[in-house]
Amino acid sequence: MSQATDIRAGSPLQSVVSWLLRNHIWVFLALTVTVFSLASPYFLTVNNLGNILTQAAFIGILAIGMTMVMIDGEIDLSVGAVLALASALAIGLQDHMGVWPAVFLGLLSGAALGFLNGTLVALSGMHSFIVTLGGLIGIRGLVFVYSGENALMVPDFSYTEIPEIYLGPISLTAIIFFALAVLFQWVLSSTRHGRETYAVGDNIEAAHDAGINVRRHKIINFTICGTLAAVCGILLSMRLGTAEPNAGKIWELWTIIAVVLGGTRLQGGFGSMWMTIGGVLTLAVLRNGLRLLNTPNYVELMVMGAVLVLALVLDKLLNHGEVP
Amino acid sequence: MRQTMNGVLRRHGLVLAFLVFLAGVALNAEAFLTPGNILDVLRQVSITGMMALGVTFVVLTGRLDLSVGSLLTLLTVIVVDQHNIAGPFPAIVMTLAAGLAVGALNGLLVGFVGLNALIVTLAMLSFLQGLVLFYSGGSNVNVQNAQETWFAVFGRGDFLGLPVPVILFLVGAVVAGLVLQFTSFGRRVYGVGGNETASIFSGIDARWTVFWTYVVSGFTTGVAAIIMGSRVMGAQNTIGQGYELTVLAGVILGGTSLLGGSGSVWRTVIGISMLGFIQNGLLLLGFAYYVQWLVTWAVIIIAVWIDLGAKRGRILA
Amino acid sequence: MMEAAILKVRGITKTFPGVKALDDVSFDIQPGEVHALVGENGAGKSTLMKVLAGLYKPDGGEIVYQGAPTQVAGPLDARQKGILLIHQELSLSPELSVAENIYLGAWPTNRFGVLKKRELRRNASAALDALGCGFGPDVRVGTLSVAMQQMVEIARAEAFSANVVIFDEPTASLTDTEKDQLFHTIRGLKERGVGIVYISHKMDEIFDITDRITVLRDGQVQGTVDTCDTDLNRVTRMMIGRTLDAYFVKAKAEFGSEVLRVEGLSKSGLFDDVSFSVKEGEVLGLYGLVGAGRSEVVETIFGVRRADAGRLFWKEGRIDLPTPRQSIDMGMALVPESRKEQGLVLMMGGRENTSLPHLRLFSEVSIMNKPRELAVFEKYRSALSIKTTGPDQAVSQLSGGNQQKFVLAKWLCADPKLIILDEPTRGIDVGSKSAIHELIADLAERGLAVIVISSEMPEVLGVSHRVLAMSEGAVVAEFEGDALTEEHLIDAVSHHRGEAAA
Repeated sequence: MSQATDIRAGSPLQSVVSWLLRNHIWVFLALTVTVFSLASPYFLTVNNLGNILTQAAFIGILAIGMTMVMIDGEIDLSVGAVLALASALAIGLQDHMGVWPAVFLGLLSGAALGFLNGTLVALSGMHSFIVTLGGLIGIRGLVFVYSGENALMVPDFSYTEIPEIYLGPISLTAIIFFALAVLFQWVLSSTRHGRETYAVGDNIEAAHDAGINVRRHKIINFTICGTLAAVCGILLSMRLGTAEPNAGKIWELWTIIAVVLGGTRLQGGFGSMWMTIGGVLTLAVLRNGLRLLNTPNYVELMVMGAVLVLALVLDKLLNHGEVP
Repeated sequence: MRQTMNGVLRRHGLVLAFLVFLAGVALNAEAFLTPGNILDVLRQVSITGMMALGVTFVVLTGRLDLSVGSLLTLLTVIVVDQHNIAGPFPAIVMTLAAGLAVGALNGLLVGFVGLNALIVTLAMLSFLQGLVLFYSGGSNVNVQNAQETWFAVFGRGDFLGLPVPVILFLVGAVVAGLVLQFTSFGRRVYGVGGNETASIFSGIDARWTVFWTYVVSGFTTGVAAIIMGSRVMGAQNTIGQGYELTVLAGVILGGTSLLGGSGSVWRTVIGISMLGFIQNGLLLLGFAYYVQWLVTWAVIIIAVWIDLGAKRGRILA
Repeated sequence: MMEAAILKVRGITKTFPGVKALDDVSFDIQPGEVHALVGENGAGKSTLMKVLAGLYKPDGGEIVYQGAPTQVAGPLDARQKGILLIHQELSLSPELSVAENIYLGAWPTNRFGVLKKRELRRNASAALDALGCGFGPDVRVGTLSVAMQQMVEIARAEAFSANVVIFDEPTASLTDTEKDQLFHTIRGLKERGVGIVYISHKMDEIFDITDRITVLRDGQVQGTVDTCDTDLNRVTRMMIGRTLDAYFVKAKAEFGSEVLRVEGLSKSGLFDDVSFSVKEGEVLGLYGLVGAGRSEVVETIFGVRRADAGRLFWKEGRIDLPTPRQSIDMGMALVPESRKEQGLVLMMGGRENTSLPHLRLFSEVSIMNKPRELAVFEKYRSALSIKTTGPDQAVSQLSGGNQQKFVLAKWLCADPKLIILDEPTRGIDVGSKSAIHELIADLAERGLAVIVISSEMPEVLGVSHRVLAMSEGAVVAEFEGDALTEEHLIDAVSHHRGEAAA
């Protein structure tokens, strides 16, 4: 339990402060944006900000599903591989059945694999870390079995123009990311399933006692996570026009980093899409900003590692020593 | 009687299935169970196996180490590069020292600061990748006098008919096994993993115990890097990528619980070797190398599920 | 009078391996009644409560609810039937709002699973208003104080129109004002005809709020009495039973020099200004009900917890507050309260558990001396007659009594100077109990200083030379010799409670 606050005395200022304490990632994001704006004249341009949003969207879409699973107290390491499979199917099947059926099957593959992960977790009692670690290895195998070792090329390049829709500087990909994030924030806050997610993640026995079907619940969240990974894979295939068998490798790690950076906790019961959006954007801003400053890419990797540890320490301090 | 059969199947079902697999491959590929091929497999698993020895210590305390893949890359780059600069012996010393230092840093953050092991070692993975690029400037390094140096012995040498890396792995396994089974440190590791609170009530400093397991993990990765550098006589910036997962898969496959407190080195050796033989067997049968990943997936799920069943419902985290 | 009972329990029996937790238990709850369920630890209160809430299935007997025999399938079923259990550990989700927690798992939704937030708020508001809560339905539960969180659980009683509400130690973490508020709420429920079961260790509260008291001991009902017709002494006597003095062996009172002295040990919120000393050959009892701060004090002395202030003297020399390692090396031993969580590594065998605190003594240059371990294991297996198949049988497979004997073995094998036993006989069978009592006397006669913590009065009186009574984190009285009687101890603990309540 966190500290007792006298909520009756809640002035607007206090509620802002308490929101910021819970969403401290946005303070950090504002800070990074300020620093890079001062450091590089190219950073705070409409064009660059649009780029950042598009770059953020891919990890962002994965992070939405990961957030759902993580609030449940689980983890999904297989999203990178699911992404690659969906991307390969969406491109590879176009020859046989046309664009949209192929895209649909790509999505379906993600949903099916998510369902499989969820079912294994729910039925076996194995921890999702092990189940999806298996999936991470095996699903990548499926990708290679399907596509061989070579990248699949899209037969008709009009496919790559599908996401070339812009709302001002904001790409369709970024719009999809934000739309999905808002949708799933709504699911979390306003639907039975979303409220169950917190209850299950915080105290699975109390949730079970309250009549929540924990197994079905977890299967649904893993299916969501798999489907969103497929969405990400398909958008990536549209952007690149090819499907590489190694696409999305170690993206699951970046995704976890983004979600944890946002403040969602690995042990479950705590988090939101606002936090995740903050984490995803911060990650994207850091990468983009460091590149604009012409820092070698190793700086980016090292900064990321350091920032992640800092985020953990900060979270620990802000939450009275609760270990994340 | 039936019950005993059931018990045997549950406890050793995986090993039995594995033996069936070995027999099946052997019938279809004559080369499979020849001494030469077996040594080849062992040579291949010696690097992941060496790393898995250290990771077993970490996992036994109920923690994780995902940084070993990046660490292998870094240390391989260091050993190869320093070999050119300072000579083989200083290179080896520096590599081991760097491995110990990274392990100590992990141990400090997880053991003493009390941060989540998964995230800390994930952060370390990223950090070390950056360090690799910083160190190498993005280019590959190669040993310049590959034909002359005695450094070749670690990856390519033979001793009494056995490849040196295999000997190193087996000796490492025996030492690690002895440490875990017969020393007070080993007992602390099992104690902290089995019940951290009870261990603290027994006067065991869990922080130091966790710290030292990460140091061990850093050290074994250092040895693995020496074997790797010596075998390849060079290092790319991605040479260890994904190794953390293979290593973890091997440890889990052996039946060591991620919750801590139960498992052993010989189980890890079995798990890692199974992965090696599956890979080799499938290749000999003419499957593409990536088919092994599918099989690994199935084997991990089935193995852990059976293991859970054997422990009757105790949830493995 | 029995006609109108809202809930009747008839002849409930529940057996766990080796223990009869409930033995032919019968009692009833009237509408508008607050019915106390009291008894020492292990008397069967929590088992009975879990049977009522549907968490355990009874082996025999029946539950008659609103005039009809009823099977309670689980907590959800109980809640739907109108039986609500309010646990000591609250079953709330801190990230959800008050309204969402009240209706946890039973939210009003449309057929697509979208919450009907307005309806949820309205219903929750009504429940909160009925209780007179000072917070609204939209507040996140994690920001509320423990007392407020408890109100959220009680609001479920309103929301689901519960007929029976079971409170399990509801005041364990409440301040006095919060307690008054809670009692006000309970009286409100009572006026509306709700039957209330009130489980507590705190006697002043029992006499304050309840109408009738049912006393449980060793799984059996000792009797049900009207609160206004009885007094603390009688109830306490029913709880602890007649003492079987002959049953206990007290060590000869031959004391040596002082082993440990504690002065002014304090930790805010847990205990305050605790001072005492213990000599060689002396058995010092630490009596007090659950929550008096006894375990916290000894865990601090042993070094598992940190203190705010206080001085320690070991063999008359001033020492710093030690770490557990230093305590063990000095010759201190702590048999902790919870053997499964603090005492044993359950997947290890008896041999490894025994040597765990003394790895240095059982090893040469860090290499474990297995023959020595085996010798010590065998020594204590026969000395304490521990039933185990072998040195490496996981202790998780042993009975509670045998597990406890291994906890004792692991501390005795290094010849401590001071042994602290925290509830050494809790939850173990009678045979093992008396073996442990004999052992305590034997240890003292061999010259060890012994501190025994127990909430079982006969045990404390039976084994100790001197007893400190603790209440609410403070030592309130000290008795020895002829003054060591039930009456004095009860007086000390209850008078102090009376003062605190006044």
